[in-house]
Amino acid sequence: MVEITLPKNSKVEEGKTWPRTSHATHLTEFKIYRWNPDDGENPHVDTYYVDRDNCGPMVLDALIWIKNNIDPTLTFRRSCREGVCGSCAMNIDGTNTLACTKAMDDAKAPIKIYPLPHQPVVKDLVPDLKNFYAQYASIEPWLHTVTPAPEKEWRQSHEERAKLDGMYECILCACCSTSCPSYWWNSDRYLGPAALLQANRWVQDSRDEATGDRLDNLEDPFRIYRCHTILNCSKACPKGLNPAKEIATLKKALVDRQV
Amino acid sequence: MKAQHDMRTPARRVRGLGPARSGTTDFWHQRLTGFASIFLSIALIVIIISMLGRSHAAAVQILGSPIVAVIMLLFILAGVYHMWIGMQEIILDYVHDDKYKFLSLMLNTFFCVAVGLASAFAILKLSFGV
Repeated sequence: MVEITLPKNSKVEEGKTWPRTSHATHLTEFKIYRWNPDDGENPHVDTYYVDRDNCGPMVLDALIWIKNNIDPTLTFRRSCREGVCGSCAMNIDGTNTLACTKAMDDAKAPIKIYPLPHQPVVKDLVPDLKNFYAQYASIEPWLHTVTPAPEKEWRQSHEERAKLDGMYECILCACCSTSCPSYWWNSDRYLGPAALLQANRWVQDSRDEATGDRLDNLEDPFRIYRCHTILNCSKACPKGLNPAKEIATLKKALVDRQV
Repeated sequence: MKAQHDMRTPARRVRGLGPARSGTTDFWHQRLTGFASIFLSIALIVIIISMLGRSHAAAVQILGSPIVAVIMLLFILAGVYHMWIGMQEIILDYVHDDKYKFLSLMLNTFFCVAVGLASAFAILKLSFGV
């Protein structure tokens, strides 16, 4: 059944308030989820004060500032710091987004930061995305063809290429899938908005010759039909994409080949 | 399966038993019955309004007339089928334990068939006056 409450050892407790740096005048308060698999304690929310005169404008800047200046044990993923890698996806101020593209001034203080919801936590803000990546792999995100490869390249018109706009930009940060209640309840069988958007990216690709097989692979009450157009995915996407629309396109294709 | 006993790879778990190759029919029929219900509900409201303030005998006569009876039967058919798919969706969403899932899916089917048949029987009885 759906789990409404957290198990006893996952209940989030009040954590430590770390001291402010003495000379700072412009401070922003952060409340950050902490959990260490090695200390046997429950997760807790620590309070930090970030010196804004000494720190960049984005939430990721603040996390790095905290790690450098207050607490080197604070654990999170980050890489490109400009919204193209998807590593720093987390729940900030109640919304899944990328820490590197979310300005501190656009969040309500104290800025609350949690890992992406409903995924196992590896440590602090690092979620375990094994299942998410396996779902992406299951849609076989590469070109399938039966025609022998042409001498040069698979040709595509400008119009055909334009069909991939709004999908090829996906960076697989998992903000959408982990914001979806259907994915929370059924992530073992429902592929989730990210994998489905990617599935549609290949269904729509004019060069791909396995459209039917791809649709066969989705034709399932759980894999695609757990989507009930809740639209949290489209609201969460930090790249401004619309996974719900792509899922609707897939459903339409499934109906089209049947009626 | 408890996590510590589950040593399957993520790929094995995601692929599971493979796609069921079904689901689109339910999806399409749910939209079909939903669309039909818009018109059938309006017709039903008109029928109910036309009966307001009439005697029992007059109401029975209206409900038993062929066009009204057919509209009512269509309303029951579309409504119950829509209800059956809708409840099944909710069960699949929220009930994960196999035991309870199969039990609730069965009860859903029994309930919908019983409600549908009882309603249809009532309309036919009025229509044929037996």
